[in-house]
Amino acid sequence: MKNRTRLVCRLALAGSMLVPLTTGAVAADFKFAGPLDAYTLDPHAVSNTLIFAILSNVYEPLVERGADLQLEPALATSWKQIDATTWEFDLRKGVKFQNGDPFNADDVVFSMDRARKGGVKTNLSQVASIAKVDDYTVRITTVSTDPVLPNQIVDWYIMDKEWAEQNGAVEPGSANNKTETYANRNANGTGPYEIASRDPGVKTVFEKNPDWWGKMTGNVDTATFFVIPNPATRVSALISGQVDMIDAVPPQDASQIDTTKGLHVQAGPDLRTVYLQPDVDRDQLIYGSEQSKNPFKDIRVRQAMQLAIDTTAIQKRIMGGYSMPDGLPIGQQVNGWDSELGAPVQPDLAKAKQLMVDAGYPDGFSVTLDCTNDRFMNDEATCLAIAAFLGKINITVTPRAQTTSRWAAQVNPPGYNTSLALLGYSPATYDAGLFLSVIVATRDPKTGRGAFNIGGYSNPKVDALITQINAETDKTKRDGYLHEALKLVKDDVGFIPIHQLKILWGVKDNVDVVQPANFGYPLRYFKVN
Amino acid sequence: MLSYVSSRVLQTVAVLLVISFIAFLLVQNLGDPLAILLPPDATLAQRDALVRALHLNQPIVARFFSFVVDMLHGNFGISYRTQEPVAKLIAERFPATAELAFVSLLITIVIGIPAGVYCGVRPRSWMARAIMFTSIAGVTLPNFVVGVVLIAVFSVRLGWLPSFGRGATVNLGFWTTGLLTRSGWESIILPAIALSTFQVTFVIRLLRTQLMEVGRSEHIRFARARGLPDRRIWYVYAIKNTLLPVITIMGLQLGNIIAFSVVTENVFAWPGLGTLFLQSIQAADIPVIAVYLIFVGAVFMVINLAVELSYPLIDPRILKRTS
Repeated sequence: MKNRTRLVCRLALAGSMLVPLTTGAVAADFKFAGPLDAYTLDPHAVSNTLIFAILSNVYEPLVERGADLQLEPALATSWKQIDATTWEFDLRKGVKFQNGDPFNADDVVFSMDRARKGGVKTNLSQVASIAKVDDYTVRITTVSTDPVLPNQIVDWYIMDKEWAEQNGAVEPGSANNKTETYANRNANGTGPYEIASRDPGVKTVFEKNPDWWGKMTGNVDTATFFVIPNPATRVSALISGQVDMIDAVPPQDASQIDTTKGLHVQAGPDLRTVYLQPDVDRDQLIYGSEQSKNPFKDIRVRQAMQLAIDTTAIQKRIMGGYSMPDGLPIGQQVNGWDSELGAPVQPDLAKAKQLMVDAGYPDGFSVTLDCTNDRFMNDEATCLAIAAFLGKINITVTPRAQTTSRWAAQVNPPGYNTSLALLGYSPATYDAGLFLSVIVATRDPKTGRGAFNIGGYSNPKVDALITQINAETDKTKRDGYLHEALKLVKDDVGFIPIHQLKILWGVKDNVDVVQPANFGYPLRYFKVN
Repeated sequence: MLSYVSSRVLQTVAVLLVISFIAFLLVQNLGDPLAILLPPDATLAQRDALVRALHLNQPIVARFFSFVVDMLHGNFGISYRTQEPVAKLIAERFPATAELAFVSLLITIVIGIPAGVYCGVRPRSWMARAIMFTSIAGVTLPNFVVGVVLIAVFSVRLGWLPSFGRGATVNLGFWTTGLLTRSGWESIILPAIALSTFQVTFVIRLLRTQLMEVGRSEHIRFARARGLPDRRIWYVYAIKNTLLPVITIMGLQLGNIIAFSVVTENVFAWPGLGTLFLQSIQAADIPVIAVYLIFVGAVFMVINLAVELSYPLIDPRILKRTS
């Protein structure tokens, strides 16, 4: 809990610094750079954090996440669950799209239909239908009882129906289209910024929307986002003063930025948590020495592995302090995490060795560890460190570090071709319920449950709890089930948590930025002094 | 002449077809494009739907066939990653790379040729020795190291030149150029120098050895015996004989620069084809990578063809030999 309060304090502090400056704030130009660009401006084409990070400045959802990740009213002013499967949203009146068109319930219904044809439909799988009650009221019906629907629609952006129809952008962009859709390069939202110009993969220029309904706490009038893939060049651009802020600071350069006058590193929690998952489904190691039986099926081997990995050492030596060892494979800001279960397991090499002897593997075995080399901060180095730690209990680990696209082809469904994988995940709903349904539940191709349960972990008790969690509308009861399920998962050691990541930004001292854990760049809170 | 030209053109077309098949096969092995297109918690049904929509479930030969047919119809497909037409993506990025290649070729010609000639004519002077000594650095230092050092010195320490990007560009309708603005020129200097270091030293070394060899050949000795002035011997008779390999190498280097400026472009965030290629590889964006590889193959072939066709202009004996 300590870390969470610190985060809240930091954000509150940032907020209090921003507020007095809103009056008479001078127009400011803000330049920032990141390693990758949003692939498209179409808010419904692909479900991807990068796209949402850029588009959250232009388009708005009904319910959004504020700087502290709490749900806040955006295009909906209030919402309530009127029965187990129906939610009603009251829409904001007097809002205009950037082209001047008024916003109303027709746009919401249209955006739902459009989104459910596009790549973001996965985020809306709980939605059965949407209906307009009047011009400023809509009702969403869910497929089953859904207590957390508002959490699930924060990345569902509202598009202007008339604009889409006029420009032939009624269908969302998709990779198999033969032509590009208009919305791919043009945006028309209700948000605080407009896209003034865009050169995909190079730069995007934002300009303040003077007619925005909300109150801006920052003072950025124009912002330019540059794509600089090479980390060393990104750092140089910051140090030479060409940009005010950079995303994804390499940890090895963090101290250089901190010691440069006028610059500092801002590190906030990243919701993604990195964990190891051994294959406990097959009867042998498909990439390893044991062909007659699978050592990972023995809980003592999994416990030994957990005890052998010193996550604090990884935090210090590999991550330069920019990570948080975790006792659960979910981050501290995710609903369901608590300090009791979240306390990291302390390493104990002697006990780990004893467990290996008890399990019948005093001489260990060998296995290949699948990991990425371009997905998380220092993921390959983490992978090598884990291999070294497991070597101490005689498990000979061969790391196989690949680019994300190759790694995904290796470990992802339907093949699950791995014996041991280093994975990372953050639930889009900020709720452990999604983590349990997608990653922990027993694989079920029919319902899609457990699709990304890479190691095939299965515990019927946990499965029963997940069903209860998905049906429970009472928050206290539901949190109780979450705790129970996560405790079972932790005790089974089917997942070996390594750490929660941090987001590293290099920032000029004269700018105040808010750094949300969802990777967003909420320009409306940014302030250049 | 006609048979010489047509045989070269036919060879080019045949090689291009082979390249496109190899490119297509290579790309199939690159990784899983679905990783980028689907969120991490997509269901198997959603996955299958996308696989079918992208025809990833059809056999390779069928996909190659439809790929070639589409291409012959001028349809290069649509990027998985940005959902833009591939032809448009490449057309947008090509000017940046072409201008970078042009400026670095200019640097190569302006610095490399005079320095190479000097070293060839006066190999024993202290100046030539100094040039040869420093050129070792140019040959041995990798491109990205040169780039990072240039950024560290000229952008970070001195603050004279920008460390990334292309500066302001002017859209001429069919071509966006950075060569008409001050910030455009400021931006191109460092990457062009980084890219040209290797070529400059290469041309110097090549010219020097060629000239030294030509200097010992019979026609030069004869010219000397006739009492022609040194200047005329070197600049009229000797250099002409060294040009053939130099032009070949420069032509191939131009192809190399266009095709493989990937590293330099990445270091300087230069918005050219190299950057596009890297971004596409990261996302396993099959249509873009395949078309890019074919495009690069085509560029190489065209430059090579131009070089070969220019030989007879320099050395008319080539035509006699082939006919």
